[in-house]
Amino acid sequence: MKSMKEIRWHGRGGQGAKTAAMLIGEAAINAGKFVQAFPEYGPERMGAPVACYDRIADEEITIHSPVLHPSAVVVLDETLMDSIDVTKGLPEKDGVLIVNTPFAKEEVTKKITWKGKVVVIDASKIAQETIGKPIPNTPMMGALVGATKIIDIEHLIEDTKTKLEKKFRSKPEIIDGNLKAIRAAYEEVSKQ
Amino acid sequence: MEKTILARTGNEAMAEAMRQINPDVCAAYPITPATEIMQIFSGFVSDGLVKTKLITVESEHSAMSACLGSAAAGARTMTATSSQGLALMHEILFIVSALRLPIVLADVNRALSGPINIHCDHSDTMAERDTGWIQIYAENSQEAYDLLIQAVRIGEHRDVLLPVCVSTDGFIISHGMERLETYPDAEVQKFVGEYKPVYNILDVDNPITVGSLVLTDYYLEHKRAQHEAMKNSLRVMSEVFSEFGKTFGRTYDFCEKYRCDDAEYILVCLSSTAGTAKAAIEELRNQGMKAGLLKIRAFRPFPAEQITNTLKNAKAIAVLDRSESLSTRSGPVATEIKAALYDACVNKPMQTYIYGLGGREIYIEDIKKVFNNLKDAKCGGQVEYLGVKE
Repeated sequence: MKSMKEIRWHGRGGQGAKTAAMLIGEAAINAGKFVQAFPEYGPERMGAPVACYDRIADEEITIHSPVLHPSAVVVLDETLMDSIDVTKGLPEKDGVLIVNTPFAKEEVTKKITWKGKVVVIDASKIAQETIGKPIPNTPMMGALVGATKIIDIEHLIEDTKTKLEKKFRSKPEIIDGNLKAIRAAYEEVSKQ
Repeated sequence: MEKTILARTGNEAMAEAMRQINPDVCAAYPITPATEIMQIFSGFVSDGLVKTKLITVESEHSAMSACLGSAAAGARTMTATSSQGLALMHEILFIVSALRLPIVLADVNRALSGPINIHCDHSDTMAERDTGWIQIYAENSQEAYDLLIQAVRIGEHRDVLLPVCVSTDGFIISHGMERLETYPDAEVQKFVGEYKPVYNILDVDNPITVGSLVLTDYYLEHKRAQHEAMKNSLRVMSEVFSEFGKTFGRTYDFCEKYRCDDAEYILVCLSSTAGTAKAAIEELRNQGMKAGLLKIRAFRPFPAEQITNTLKNAKAIAVLDRSESLSTRSGPVATEIKAALYDACVNKPMQTYIYGLGGREIYIEDIKKVFNNLKDAKCGGQVEYLGVKE
């Protein structure tokens, strides 16, 4: 299916990789797309490596097998790159690797032999500054959209706002912080 | 009709259908990967969105026993479970169907121990094949939602009065979020209607005995009646599918035929794998192979006529079974298909496979391999394992 884009998320248990994959998926559904969003289930525990996936298309997606060839990979924790082949199946032509790291791009590319487009962003710092906690999932949603334009950023922000308003009715600062984090990461990546 | 587009996992879709059905009683016990269905539904109970009496029990054996009691009292009754949970319900499942209690069960297909495993295969429901329940397998969240609503009408029909199990593939569908179209609460309520039980034990003016001892005198007649009810369900299901289609714009059938009209090679499977097969068939069609898919939704009753009519024109047939019956021959789906073809005097080259046990992934490439192997298929081919490490 030509219109279908596949995304793989790498994170550690507790970083919100699953939540991010679901939020992106839901925002795309609300924008009229057909979507699948699903985690890879194994032993679940705080800090252990986890992977999650999105499929986004303009028509119904019938495939129900794991994603083998994502067009974008999001890494919420760059230390995962020491033990996991995060670029597996990612094409060097057209593919993009988006890494949350405080280091420069050169430091990240040193860890991999993959020669495609790499985008780095300090999402944990952005989260600390905007939300008050170094949870990188929402800024990495902004970074993904900045790097791939897979959905409209204003739509993502609006949709996430609606979702967070339901969950954090009594904590408006959390909602504002997350939305600022998405936009900040989006803008920074869009410049790269 | 106005439709709402939501992002929902299979479990969320089934819980949403249950909210709209608004059953009188649910008794349930948690088990991965079905726990969420009742967890979400219990939220609906707490929030007052349904009038259901929720009974939390200490095991699945108790859950099904409580469901039996409530259904015998004339209440519309539902529950959800998976794998070992369904296995623990086993002895009560026979009693529910023999008592002709139209309980609706949402099952999430998961491998049976051992070795212990939490992922998808169909061994749990296939092990309950002969319990007298109607069994329907959903491909995705949308089918799970639509079929659960229809299950209520099918089971409760006066000419059927049988329990119904609707299942989804564990994790693949139960925990995968997809686009789901839902219908207005009032329309779903109108479709399922008010449940008017034929008999109930609380009707003191018309006292009945439930669960009496039946020996050599009438046991055989009881089973004959169940057999008739299952036969009737073929007609009733057709009627319900058709009415659902007219009401909600999505028409179901016992099977889904995908590109079968001119197909030379047809693959038969159930549930989520059918979706992957559709994508494989598109690729094969582009390469010039006339490939088709026959997806079986209703395994009980077994729609033999529809299946043989579809398969009789194929050059060769492949059947994928996501459970083992360890007969050293084919799995339960293939065995049933062979029997149906024999009855129709159709003898075709067929290759049968066991695949996906314990959640082993199945890819487009695996299915393309199955189709390509069909070119050399012969009658009397032995069962093979697909995707096995050996």
